[in-house]
Amino acid sequence: MPKIITNNLNLWYGSFQALINVNMAVQEKRITAIIGPSGCGKSTLLRVFNRMNDLIEAVRITGKVTIDNQDILEGDFSRLVQLRKKIGMVFQRPNPFPLSVYENIIFGLKVHHLAKKNDFDRLVQKALESVLLWDDLKERLHTNALRLSLEQKQRLCIARAIAVEPDILLMDEPCSALDPQSTARIEELMRELKNNYTIIIVTHNMQQAARVSDETGFMLLGELIEFGKTEDIFTRPGDKRTEDYITGRYG
Amino acid sequence: MERHFDEELKDLHKDLLKMAVMVQEAIYKSIEALKSRDKTQAQEVIASDSKIDQMELTIDEKCIDLIARHQPMAGDLRFLTTSMKINGDLERIADLAVDIAQRVLELVDKPLLKPLIDIPKLSTIAQSMIKNAIDSFVNRDVELAKKVALSDPEADKLRNLVQEELINDYMARDPKTADRAVPLLLIARHLERICDHTTNIAEDVIYMVEGKVVKHHLEELK
Repeated sequence: MPKIITNNLNLWYGSFQALINVNMAVQEKRITAIIGPSGCGKSTLLRVFNRMNDLIEAVRITGKVTIDNQDILEGDFSRLVQLRKKIGMVFQRPNPFPLSVYENIIFGLKVHHLAKKNDFDRLVQKALESVLLWDDLKERLHTNALRLSLEQKQRLCIARAIAVEPDILLMDEPCSALDPQSTARIEELMRELKNNYTIIIVTHNMQQAARVSDETGFMLLGELIEFGKTEDIFTRPGDKRTEDYITGRYG
Repeated sequence: MERHFDEELKDLHKDLLKMAVMVQEAIYKSIEALKSRDKTQAQEVIASDSKIDQMELTIDEKCIDLIARHQPMAGDLRFLTTSMKINGDLERIADLAVDIAQRVLELVDKPLLKPLIDIPKLSTIAQSMIKNAIDSFVNRDVELAKKVALSDPEADKLRNLVQEELINDYMARDPKTADRAVPLLLIARHLERICDHTTNIAEDVIYMVEGKVVKHHLEELK
């Protein structure tokens, strides 16, 4: 049973249709990459999964999106809070809160009342260990997170997202602000995290999609043109438009 | 959008064709040398091999360079990996032409054991297979490539016929014929190996064009 299923998903910003009949099934504990040119709708699609588009005015959505067989587009605010707890998100620019490393990690735990105060130390360590930051930061837990390196900030954001123990991690261009070494290390981290989380990554970097993902979807002008095993998409895509995009002929 | 990369791929394509022409010529000459018992032609085949070896290295280097610099995907990736394989098969075919030429040199000063019938037939099949394989590569013609791959059993059959005849009708009856029969037997084997390498090329062309792997299950082509 796929973790996430979209069924004839359409999304409009006012009169502009940003997603057109998207049908996709995301498998659990795998990395799914969404690629496509700027403006193709890949970030919009990602944001459907944690209903971040709800904040945008004049958004209209039709179709169905289920996570663990539950319709996520239905439901009031309390359902939304539950959904967000299930789904962590990491953005292009690392966006730690202007608080200490420690406070960043426990932020979500406090909001969702997920842990008692005397558990915080243990949970902070666990979260930082899982993003391989513990050894670097264990002596600096009360340093302001804004003083970390860019890669450390991004790792911290991932740690903050997974501290509330979500099932799904959405990553919107998580490495585009990082240098190649940091990128390689975040990709390694993603492979580790795959054991426990379902990861969806939106990326402009095709080599990155080819390197890290198990499945890849190619989007163009709001449509999911092709979705399949990463090795197939990058060696023998079925659609000419996919071929043109990944070989750099598009545009 | 025309890419600079396309120009480099075209150059590589041209180089492979040049290599293919050189190899075709080597086979043609080695077979002509056999038919007309011509020492000079056989020696020319042997001498021209180093040029083909050099060409193989150049093409391989180009492929590796293009892969490193462009990180090709999809059709580009299939073209480049296939080019490397075809390049290797072409070079092996040229080596087999040299082997034939060497057998010709062994035979040329001895009286002919028997009139050649099946070996010329086998060489015609080999030459036509390689021509078609190269054409299928140039024109991205999957049907022609399939035809090439499916002709290989015919070559195997002829090789077996030659082998049986030389062993049963000559060597078994008169072991003294061995010094003339063995080179002929080997020539049949070299020609059959040329057909095997040519089949590889045809299978690679199918992969290059359609992304489909047909290697080791040719029955699916029928």
